[in-house]
Amino acid sequence: MLQRVESGDSLRFNAIGKNFPGVRALSDISFIARPGTVHALMGENGAGKSTLLKILGGAYQPSSGDLQIGERTLAFRSAGESIANGVAVIHQELHLVPEMSVAENLMLGHMPSRFGLVNRRAMYRQARELLKGLADEIDPAARLGSLSLGQRQLVEIAKAMSRNAHVIAFDEPTSSLSAREIERLMTIIAKLRDEGRVVLYVSHRMEEIFRICDAVTVFKDGRFVCTFDDMSTLTHDALVTCMVGRDIENIYNYRPREHQGEALRVEGLLGHGLQAPVSFSVSRGEVLGFFGLVGAGRTELLRLLAGLAPHKAGTVQLEGQALKLRSPRDAIAAGILLCPEDRKKEGIVPLGSVAENINIGARSRNARLGCLVQGRWERENAERQIRALNIKTPSPDQQIVYLSGGNQQKVIFGRWLSMPMKVLLLDEPTRGIDIGAKAEIYQIIHDLAASGIAVIVVSSDLMEVIGISDRILVMSEGAVTGEVPRDQAEESRLLQLALPRSRG
Amino acid sequence: MSAQQNALAAPRQGLNMRRFLDDWVMVLAALGIFVLSAIFIENFLSPLNMRGLGLAISTVGIAACTMLFCLASGHFDLSVGSVIACAGVVAAVVMRDTESVLLGVSAALAMGLVVGLINGIVIAKLRINALITTLATMQIVRGLGYIFSDGKAVGVMQEQFFLFGNGSLFGVPVPIIITLACFVFFGWLLNYTTYGRNTMAIGGNEEAARLAGVNVDRTKIIIFAVHGLIGALAGVMLASRMTSGQPMIGQGFELTVISACVLGGVSLSGGIGMIRHVIAGVLILAIIENAMNLKNIDTFYQYVIRGTILLLAVIIDRLKQR
Repeated sequence: MLQRVESGDSLRFNAIGKNFPGVRALSDISFIARPGTVHALMGENGAGKSTLLKILGGAYQPSSGDLQIGERTLAFRSAGESIANGVAVIHQELHLVPEMSVAENLMLGHMPSRFGLVNRRAMYRQARELLKGLADEIDPAARLGSLSLGQRQLVEIAKAMSRNAHVIAFDEPTSSLSAREIERLMTIIAKLRDEGRVVLYVSHRMEEIFRICDAVTVFKDGRFVCTFDDMSTLTHDALVTCMVGRDIENIYNYRPREHQGEALRVEGLLGHGLQAPVSFSVSRGEVLGFFGLVGAGRTELLRLLAGLAPHKAGTVQLEGQALKLRSPRDAIAAGILLCPEDRKKEGIVPLGSVAENINIGARSRNARLGCLVQGRWERENAERQIRALNIKTPSPDQQIVYLSGGNQQKVIFGRWLSMPMKVLLLDEPTRGIDIGAKAEIYQIIHDLAASGIAVIVVSSDLMEVIGISDRILVMSEGAVTGEVPRDQAEESRLLQLALPRSRG
Repeated sequence: MSAQQNALAAPRQGLNMRRFLDDWVMVLAALGIFVLSAIFIENFLSPLNMRGLGLAISTVGIAACTMLFCLASGHFDLSVGSVIACAGVVAAVVMRDTESVLLGVSAALAMGLVVGLINGIVIAKLRINALITTLATMQIVRGLGYIFSDGKAVGVMQEQFFLFGNGSLFGVPVPIIITLACFVFFGWLLNYTTYGRNTMAIGGNEEAARLAGVNVDRTKIIIFAVHGLIGALAGVMLASRMTSGQPMIGQGFELTVISACVLGGVSLSGGIGMIRHVIAGVLILAIIENAMNLKNIDTFYQYVIRGTILLLAVIIDRLKQR
């Protein structure tokens, strides 16, 4: 496959390292991505792929090392510098303005104008040219927000092409696309490759990697593991072994648990994000996994159960008693506790200390006269949780933002362990967490279930869902599409159930 | 494992130093300015001037205590200046008509509480921006003050009423005692009650607090209600010192109070704030104003100087966060 264009410049990463307070996100990453090839970056969540792309895009500055495009050695101090040097990074969250038109988004920063007045006709004409061959059906005058996610991605790609970027990086571009949109993206990527550009491609999906990529670099825990240059000799298994690097069974450390009667029963639940009534039950001691692609409605389901959104129909029963879930306080009072997906936004109080973040939930029920904080109890409780969960912090007074993602997640576990708990809802519990802390979190989940708590885990990490769940429900497009017991859980079967049908 | 622990231990040393600076630097600055003024300005330490300084601190100081809670929760309240004026007017009008000091003061405090409750309910329940909400109530309450008083100062005859502003206990003026009591009480409230801690959590991350089971709406309503009540108390004290309820006073007062808090180190974006920040900010503003008066600096220049100090303080605060 190397006979393709070799004229352009290579992209070279030279010993790139990146430290955050308390965490080493990347260390000593070196590899070369050649022009006219599609180079895949693979690794588990938190392996450092996104950090590397952020360095490439100028959002982060590396703590050590540098980039090289052709003969030029570069260190981008801002997104602007990265763009000016012919790099375009297409992030998972698109950097577009939904309220503006497609054309305005494409031309943002350099709209055709005279004396400050925008020349609309010229703008639309130029936008149409940019979209030509890429997405002819998109009307440049349409409001960006009215487009599908796939179309928006095409607009972002058109924007990258308009700057004639030599290096184009895609960060999990297919995670929210329909099958047809994926097809089109593949065609476009092949075209970019044939034009002699450097294409970096981050994805978890094996079939895409084997289909479109010419080389794969694998990361693990922020380190470079290996690069495969010849895809024709690479097998699926060899790649997985390289990615995981250890016995999968060992990380999840699954052991059978006794199920002790029904805890939560959900019947005919409907609400925001659910297209069909959802019914299921979960027993005490059971870990119930929810698998699906992004946007399948799993997070929305958890939010209904946590009282964060009102349900339109259906019932939720806990140990036979019907619950009214109008606010998070109702759910918490019943013992249904949620560890949210977005820890930074909904989980932690970043300015607060570790102790503060642990005690925030239990504080009111332990206060004297309903309002006086029990300082001694809080201190002891914080120390107890730090010890029990092995939270790595120099002291309970450490500000929580200085902890690593895994330890922040453990603090949230500690918050809920300080309170009466019957059902634990976990939304992507190990997203952005390094592998060592992951294993600890799986152990905590197991121990909680073994102590008689019903655990519901939502995850997009297929291995993880299979590894820790007793039973898996698969969701797609706001509906439950299948139930798979542990002994029949296979990747292909779960994926099949998770893929959208109506559009594909 | 050990590498990670080392990585954690190292920033902590720096943090402790920084935390100490964050916590105390403005208090030290206030003391420094006090000492400098004492050395270089004649009559600064005279009993008469000290008394004047104490009284100047009192009105702003009381209102700043509860403004601290508003700011710490990530909001602010612009209506406090109008509440102060209206409370004085209400107290004076009710005393004129009923001749009862108790009724007059109660009516004023009740008015402040109701305004605060309205602010709190609109902000917490209807999710309307605090800037707009309190901008509206600021004008409404200011208008009500003029309506109640017919646009003129309302004199007070009751001797007992003057106790609030002009009385003294063991030689210390009552307003100063009330201010000190407020500093102690609200400092305690912020640190040792669920209400205070929840206020900080809401300012730090409202969504996280809600998900953790904090009653966010109720806490916000209490914050604004208490602020209204305390604003009215400050208004009563001011009316007592001036022996009349004046509908036009306290214009721009809300901004002075917010300036004092921010100057002392309270964060405008919420989640950071301590009573010592408030004390430091109030002291710095009052001492500088007092010094400028003693030096006979023109009022016009005083505005420029006060604004410059505030701007410098927030720029320094911004730089500290880098």
